[in-house]
Amino acid sequence: MTALTHIQDFLAGIGAAVLGLCRATGALVLFAVSGVMHMFVPPWYPAELGRQLIRIGYFSLPVVGLTTLFTGGALALQVYSGGARFNAESVVPNIVAIAMTRELGPVLVGLMVAGRVSTSIAAELATMRVTEQIDALTTLSTNPMKYLVAPRLLAAVIVMPILAFIGDVIGILGGFLVGVYRLDFSAGTYINTTYNFLTLGDITSGLIKAAIFGFIIALMGCYAGYHSGRGAQGVGGATRSSVVIASVLILASNYILTEALFGT
Amino acid sequence: MSAMIEMTGVTKAFGPKRILRGVDLSVGRGQSTVIIGGSGTGKSVTLKCVLGIIRPDSGTIHVDGEDVTYARGRKRETQLDKMGMLFQGGALFDSLPVWQNVSFRLLQGARKKTRDEAREIAVEKLRRVGLTPDVADQFPAELSGGMQKRVGLARAIAAEPEIIFFDEPTTGLDPIMADVINDLIREIVVEMGATAMTITHDMTSVRKIADRVAMLHEGVIQWEGPVAEIDTTDNPYVHQFVNGLPEGPIEAIR
Repeated sequence: MTALTHIQDFLAGIGAAVLGLCRATGALVLFAVSGVMHMFVPPWYPAELGRQLIRIGYFSLPVVGLTTLFTGGALALQVYSGGARFNAESVVPNIVAIAMTRELGPVLVGLMVAGRVSTSIAAELATMRVTEQIDALTTLSTNPMKYLVAPRLLAAVIVMPILAFIGDVIGILGGFLVGVYRLDFSAGTYINTTYNFLTLGDITSGLIKAAIFGFIIALMGCYAGYHSGRGAQGVGGATRSSVVIASVLILASNYILTEALFGT
Repeated sequence: MSAMIEMTGVTKAFGPKRILRGVDLSVGRGQSTVIIGGSGTGKSVTLKCVLGIIRPDSGTIHVDGEDVTYARGRKRETQLDKMGMLFQGGALFDSLPVWQNVSFRLLQGARKKTRDEAREIAVEKLRRVGLTPDVADQFPAELSGGMQKRVGLARAIAAEPEIIFFDEPTTGLDPIMADVINDLIREIVVEMGATAMTITHDMTSVRKIADRVAMLHEGVIQWEGPVAEIDTTDNPYVHQFVNGLPEGPIEAIR
């Protein structure tokens, strides 16, 4: 009898978790659709968009630059020592360039910006929810989805490809510095090899990824903040779940996008 | 006198918790009605149903003769244009300076004014609630609780609403400041000729600003009548609440 109840409890637990996941996924998708629709229907809030562009884009530059610079450098060292095993040290510029533009640029920038921006959007909107500022917007005849969510989504989608491109350049620069000053490549050869090897597709595919990561970053920040629980704990929970889910979604969608863009 | 706000049989449940169980309430044009009741009895939910922030499960709400129960989009916005709301914690936007908070509604949407005009109106409304123009460029976080309440009030009246809602206007203020805010609310409501709907559990506040009082308990309006009768009514709920008695139909543990 007790064994049966335990099994039932166990199954009920799984069922509840699955139902909860379905409900949350559905709610997230509806939220995303509504957010995108509000981007295209006036009134628009250009001042709010401008503020978000600066906040998400401009202030992320230092973290993007540092991350990709060091990664590019480390990558050059790794490729050199790995390549030495079959006398292929000379591929350093090629591998650094392709890895940065196709994968590491968008993914690393995505993850770093998720840590910086998803959390700050989530904490901001959650606090606004808890202190009734979101309700106050409604009473002032302003749709919070339009005023808060749409500008953040749009700003992140615009800004992430730019950040990823800057990340690509700085990452390749990191590889270049290590290549030239540490591994004795000639500067001219390094630059020429990189330039001749890279195709436009390498770069644009990375930028497409970055735009989608940008959408995920802002969406998770907004969604978690907008549906925050009450009090300080609610704000904390919203912040945490925004960055965790955004990071996982970035990595998962990265695989799917890579499959779609390069899969044969 | 026609009713400005008419609620009939409004119910709302959150999951298994039935908060409103059929609220019937009528607020006359130009009248100040105060809803009293303990914490967690659904006063805020009632207010938010009229504002459309919370959607009731059943029942109807008419504002100015129009059914707004399930109004959305433009229709809801036209209704909201007639309303102003003072939130309990002020709910000021902390990313915007005080003057942009006050004239928020005038800076966008259908009744958009130029920045200079909007600023002028903001300063005028701030003066009306007893604040000097130099507050206009400060940020909400730099202000004291009483000042934030005043700014919230200025924002609620900035667009000359026909209906003003007050959510616990004196909570969190010292007794002197509470009195000042009560006087201010009374003065402004009278001089604007606005309809007011207030929720509070502060009896001093009730006596200052109410024309009529409605007592909400267990999701139903238990009593409704002129403020003068709250001390003489034989309604046991009102009697217990007004006098703050531990014994009576309202249980102390909620």
